[in-house]
Amino acid sequence: MTEFLQQLGKNTRTSFTKLGRGTFFLVQTISGIPSVLPRPRLLLNQMYSVGVLSFLIITISGLFVGMVLGLQGYYTLSDFGAEESLGVMVAASLVRELGPVVSALLFAGRAGSALTAEIGLMKATEQLSGMEMMAVDPIKRIISPRFLAGFLSMPLLAALFSAVGIIGGQLVGSGLLGVDEGAYWSQMQAKLDFHDDIINGVIKSIVFGFVASWIALFEGYDAIPTSEGVSRATTRTVVNSAFSILGLDFILTTLMFGDK
Amino acid sequence: MQHTSTQDTLVGLFVASGIVGLFFLALQVSNLSSFTEQDSYTVTARFENSGGLKVKSPVSVAGVKIGKVSAISFDPKTYESIVQLSIDSKYNTLPDDTTASVFTAGLLGEQYVNLEAGGSDEFLKNGGKIEITQSAIILEKALGQFLFKSAEEKK
Repeated sequence: MTEFLQQLGKNTRTSFTKLGRGTFFLVQTISGIPSVLPRPRLLLNQMYSVGVLSFLIITISGLFVGMVLGLQGYYTLSDFGAEESLGVMVAASLVRELGPVVSALLFAGRAGSALTAEIGLMKATEQLSGMEMMAVDPIKRIISPRFLAGFLSMPLLAALFSAVGIIGGQLVGSGLLGVDEGAYWSQMQAKLDFHDDIINGVIKSIVFGFVASWIALFEGYDAIPTSEGVSRATTRTVVNSAFSILGLDFILTTLMFGDK
Repeated sequence: MQHTSTQDTLVGLFVASGIVGLFFLALQVSNLSSFTEQDSYTVTARFENSGGLKVKSPVSVAGVKIGKVSAISFDPKTYESIVQLSIDSKYNTLPDDTTASVFTAGLLGEQYVNLEAGGSDEFLKNGGKIEITQSAIILEKALGQFLFKSAEEKK
């Protein structure tokens, strides 16, 4: 019994200290952002590895998710003779939910894991300590540009995902299944609101980008500097990001769309 | 690492395509281009029963959407429903004896406010009132009346 209590206490303490370190790390990272701005080259390099290299997986997944939504939605809607509402269904589900969530999950898997592995390896090979020896702050030089890049890329990626998905839904809907193209777009425009749907979707993607980048960078920075430690940190990044994204999505959805 | 100028171009392309995606969502997918709040005027109409009318339900004249319902409230004194219609200011030539009725698009479709122009020379202005209204047709009520009537005829 005492052993169990002792273990429980230890686990609580470690998880709280980790949360504390994470928050402290986040504060340091954000306060390092102003020193990134005079050196856009650092940010540009990271935008390339975080954003541009995720571009392909995001657009292709978006296209296929949109096409599947079009196909599945059509079968259900045609039972009620409401095929014309396909555009609303595809666009609303993509813009409100799937766009931000799926692109954030892909982002965590594609870019987040790479960030953790990179930083963890930098720590394991003592590059971060080396920088400190040369009086270069690794947070400002390494972490902040990556954080800013992830934070900026995520809304763009989510918007691309939704846009490509809506086009994919239209390709399947009016190309394959014979839904009227005009009805697809006009019903969508009539039902989706700029503020309620598009802006809320963008807010979601900004929050997810923030959280996914934070988790990825912190896990890398906090990793045990061995090859096993780095591999565990990478796994934790993907798992924790997925949990936080889905949990936050539920909270944000109830806040944004709950009163309807 | 790749040549820096190629990298710059790719990052530029990425950011540009993301922004294009956002614009696409704003203009093509949502109603931003067709109707904005700024250039509209509000008139109120009192209905005995506004049925399944909701905020954002369309307001149309002759089948053309000219605005939307901006608020619905209940008047505790007269037991009426007060519906605020925000109408695109392009369409500012509605006579002040226009009638408003709550219709249903199709049998099971959504409800909307249909305006029918009257013959007055005065136009509705911001804050104006539509005096003549017709309530929503409640399907259950109509069905009940029909059944009652047909039972009566059989006797």
